[in-house]
Formats: sequence, C-alpha cells, structure tokens
Amino acid sequence: MILQPALSPSVSLRYWPGFPVALSLLLFLVLLGWAFFPALLSSADPLLADPTQTLRAPSAQHWFGTDHLGRDLYARCVHGAALSLQATAIAVLIALVAGTLLGGIAGWFGGVADRVLAVLVEVLMAIPALLLAMAIVTALGFGTLEIAIAVGLSSVAVFARLARGEVLRWRSRVFVEAAQVVGVGPWTNLCRHVLPHAVGPLLALAALEFASAVLAVSALSFLGFGAPPPQPEWGLLIAEGRNYMVAAWWYTTLPGLVVAGVVLATQQLGRGLQRLQGERS
Amino acid sequence: MNSSPFWRLGQALLVLWAAFSLSFAILYALPGDPVAILLAQSGEPGAVDPAQVAELRARYHLDGSLWQQYGGALWRLLQLDLGVSLQTGKPVAAALAAALPATLALAFSALLIAVPLGIGVALAAHQVRRRPVQAALHNAPALVVSLPTFWVGLLLLQLFSFHLHWLPAMGEHGIASLVLPAVTLALPCAAMIAQVLGRSIASVSQQPFVQALRSKGVGRWQLLWRHILHNASIPLLSLTGTLLGNLLAGAVVTETVFSRDGVGRLAQAAVASQDIAVVQGVVLLAATLYVLTNLLTDLLYPLLDPRIRQGSRP
Repeated sequence: MILQPALSPSVSLRYWPGFPVALSLLLFLVLLGWAFFPALLSSADPLLADPTQTLRAPSAQHWFGTDHLGRDLYARCVHGAALSLQATAIAVLIALVAGTLLGGIAGWFGGVADRVLAVLVEVLMAIPALLLAMAIVTALGFGTLEIAIAVGLSSVAVFARLARGEVLRWRSRVFVEAAQVVGVGPWTNLCRHVLPHAVGPLLALAALEFASAVLAVSALSFLGFGAPPPQPEWGLLIAEGRNYMVAAWWYTTLPGLVVAGVVLATQQLGRGLQRLQGERS
Repeated sequence: MNSSPFWRLGQALLVLWAAFSLSFAILYALPGDPVAILLAQSGEPGAVDPAQVAELRARYHLDGSLWQQYGGALWRLLQLDLGVSLQTGKPVAAALAAALPATLALAFSALLIAVPLGIGVALAAHQVRRRPVQAALHNAPALVVSLPTFWVGLLLLQLFSFHLHWLPAMGEHGIASLVLPAVTLALPCAAMIAQVLGRSIASVSQQPFVQALRSKGVGRWQLLWRHILHNASIPLLSLTGTLLGNLLAGAVVTETVFSRDGVGRLAQAAVASQDIAVVQGVVLLAATLYVLTNLLTDLLYPLLDPRIRQGSRP
C-alpha cells in the first residue's frame, strides 16, 4: 500500500472488539446466566410434565413450545445449559492441562520424550476425534462426566502441539538459559520461566476449543452416551425430538439453534482473543 | 529428516501399531469387565457358573494376563483377524466388510458434493467484488462448521421430507434416499475445503509472480485458473487424510440420524452395547484409512510439486 493513514487509530479504538464479538460476548453472558441462575431466567420446572400441554407450539407462555410430555422446552434448554457447559468446561480443562504437560515435557526435554509425543500426536490425528471419544466412552461408561472426559482426552493433541512449539520458542532465550546457569532445576525453570509465556496462546486456543467441545459433547449426547433421559442435556433434547419432527418442528429446531448459537459465539470470542494475542506479541 | 519411501512406510506402520496399542489400552485396560457386561446384558441375574465365565473368556480371548491378551490380539491383527463381536458372536472383520459398502457409497456421494462446492465457494469468495456477497462467502464456511451435523441433518429431514415431501425420510431406496444424508455429510467437509483453499488462494495471490503476470496483462480468470489455483490446490492434498477421517466420523452421526446401515451405525450400536471388539475395529479402520491416505499423498507430493522434488518444502 502506498497510502498509509496519517494517524493510526488510538489504542482504545484498536482493541474495540467490533460488532460480532460484542454480540458474542452478550450471548455468552446470557449463557452463563442460564448455567448459573437457571431458576431466575425460567420460571417453569424443566422436569414437570403437564399432560394437558403436550407438543404446544412456541407462544408467549412457552417460548420454545413444549415437548411430548408437556414439559417447557425453554426451561429445559436453560437448565440443560449447566449440564452441557459443565461437560464442555471439564473437557477443555482436561485437554488444556494434559496437552500443556505433554507438550511442555516434549519441548523442554526433547530426545525420546519428543519422539514419543510425535507418534502420540500422529495417532491422535489419525483417529477422528469423535471415534476416539466414542472408544473412551465405551470403556468409561455413559454419563455427562464420562463424555466430558472422553472429549477432553480426544482433543489433547492440538494443545500438546501448541505447548511444544511455545516451549521451543522460549527455551533458548537468554533469561531461561541464565536461570539454568544459576542452577534452577529443569522443572522449576519450565514451570516458572517458560510456561507463563505460553499461557496467552494456550488460553486463546482453549477458548477456540470450547466451541468444538460444545459440538462434540452435544454430538455424543445426541448419540445417547450422555446423561440418561429425564436430564435436559442439549444433545439429548434434540435426540428426543427426533420422534416428533412431523408434529412439532420446534422440538428439534430450537434446542439445536441454542447449540449452534453457543458454538458460534464462543468461536467468535476465541478468534477475538487470538487476534488480541497476535497483536500483543 | 529422512524421507525415503521405506522410511515413510516404516513410520506409517509405527503409527498403526501405536493406534492399535492406544485403542487396546483404552478399551481393555480400563476397569469394566466385558464378560461381566455381557452376562449382565444376557439377563441372567444371580449366581453365574464360573465354568461358563471361563468358557466365555476363552472364546473372546479375554483370559490370561493383560500382556498375553495384548500379544494375542496383536498377533491375530497381523493375520487381519479383528476378534469376535461380543454382541453377535460373529467376526468383527466380516461385520465391518458387510457395513462398508453402504458407508462408502454415502462418503463418495458426499465427496462428489463437497469438493465442487468447497472449491466453488473459495473461488467465488476470491473473485466476487461486491461487498455483501463477498463477506457472506467468506463467512459461510466458518458458520457451517459451527452447526451441529446431527441438527443440520434433522433440519433437512424436516424440511425436505416431512414438509415438502420431496425426498424419502429414512432407509435405503436408491439414489433419492442418499441425497439428504450425503448433503448433511458434505456440508462440513465443503466448509473445510473452502477454508483451506481460501487461505491458500489468498497467500498465493500475494506472491510477486501473480503481480508480474497481472501487469503483463493476463486476464483475471486465466490468472486464477492457470496460475493461482494450480499453486493453491497443493495444500488441499494434505487435507485428504483428515477429510476422510471426518467423513467416517460424520457417518456415525449421519447414519444414526437417517437410520441407514453402515460403519457409523455399527460403531454407534457397538458403543451403546459396549461391544469393545467392534469399537476397536472401527477405530483401527479409521486409523488405517488416515495413515494409508497420508502415505499416498506424501508419495504423490513430489510428482505434483517440483519444488519438493528438489528437496525443500514450501
């Protein structure tokens, strides 16, 4: 470009997130509200069946309509948020911690540890994440926590690769070598001096992985490996609606829209965080 | 790094062995006794004859120490024997072979839709100059990727089968029943292709040779077809393995949504009944597919890209 703008925009303007990110933030806050204060945001009981109100279309009284037992679908979505988000958060946390540990060790110590990690990452890439998660669920049994662990373990590879790269980037810096010379042990050095620099990129990746973890958790729940039926887990809600697609379009459509909205919002936020990270470093 | 074909083959075998070991470790070493599950499902509560348990263990190769089981399973795998299904008592390899054609037909039709669609969207996003259209084309792939596949399938089903009655809803009745599942499976793959190709086109068109050609007066379309796309499509090749894996994983969801028979449905049913031998079979199938595809693309690379032939990768 020949023409440079004479005045670069002020810092506050440069970090202004833009409309999509702002909207995503708003959606995410609503979601947190659903997860932490479900009773405040929906007055109906998510488990209370009402035989006189079965399969009602969305209305002012039932925003998302009702299901085949007359339960309020909006209330079920709101109360399901806690279950689904819990599972997602656990999954991302497991992937983050395990991946950082593996990648950190491989990057720092190199040699055999690095070779082993390379093969492990290759294997984890070779097996599609959903199939790996299904294998883990087979061994662990079914339930919300189980699918959370499965999704977490099956997405370790991305974090391990990033952590390894970050450790390799920082380990040859002068301050790290200085610490080494002074006599700081390898573990202390890794944890105190190298990993803090990797926190930013790793957390940005975690935010991005949150979106795909929501998808994976809901897919496993849809396939029937999550919490048992009375629970309002999102994937399960949609699976239950399958049998009433002709009579009640809202039964599968609206809970699915919630999942899609959450994925989109968290993805936008993750992208925003990554951009911010990129600008800073 | 050594990159001779033999070295690559050895590495591929190593990854396959590691995939087998990992799936064995997950499925067999974790607590949870398959025989106990089997007996519980067969619905005979109370006292169980120890001799019967021992007989079952021997039949499914679940006797002996963990290392003996591992060695035995690995030895049988080398003879392409994937063990016996705990549910049906039939060989897993035969069940997989029986389910594979339906899934292959589905995956192939999905690819037929996904490849032109993905490439088309990427090209259009690059060529179209009208602001709103361009923005829409740029953002569509990310949007599609974040939609749950099973939900998209259900929406298509609802719209085209139940409301418009254009296409059959379930089962397998020729081409018509293949359309909706194939579209469902194709959408995320097309989005992935569009994203990778879009990025690649953007980076190639930044290169000086494009500028030079443009200033020489090469037309927009010829520049795109002959010069940019040719260079930009190389990263797509390394996507093939991941794409096939995604197709197989997507088939699990798609086949469940549309009640079609196939490998995906087999996997879903196997997990639901904790049939570990079948689950391991599907996992190994996916890993083999990925490793073989990557081996093949690695060998193809130098043929397609002369820069790699001379030793350095772009």
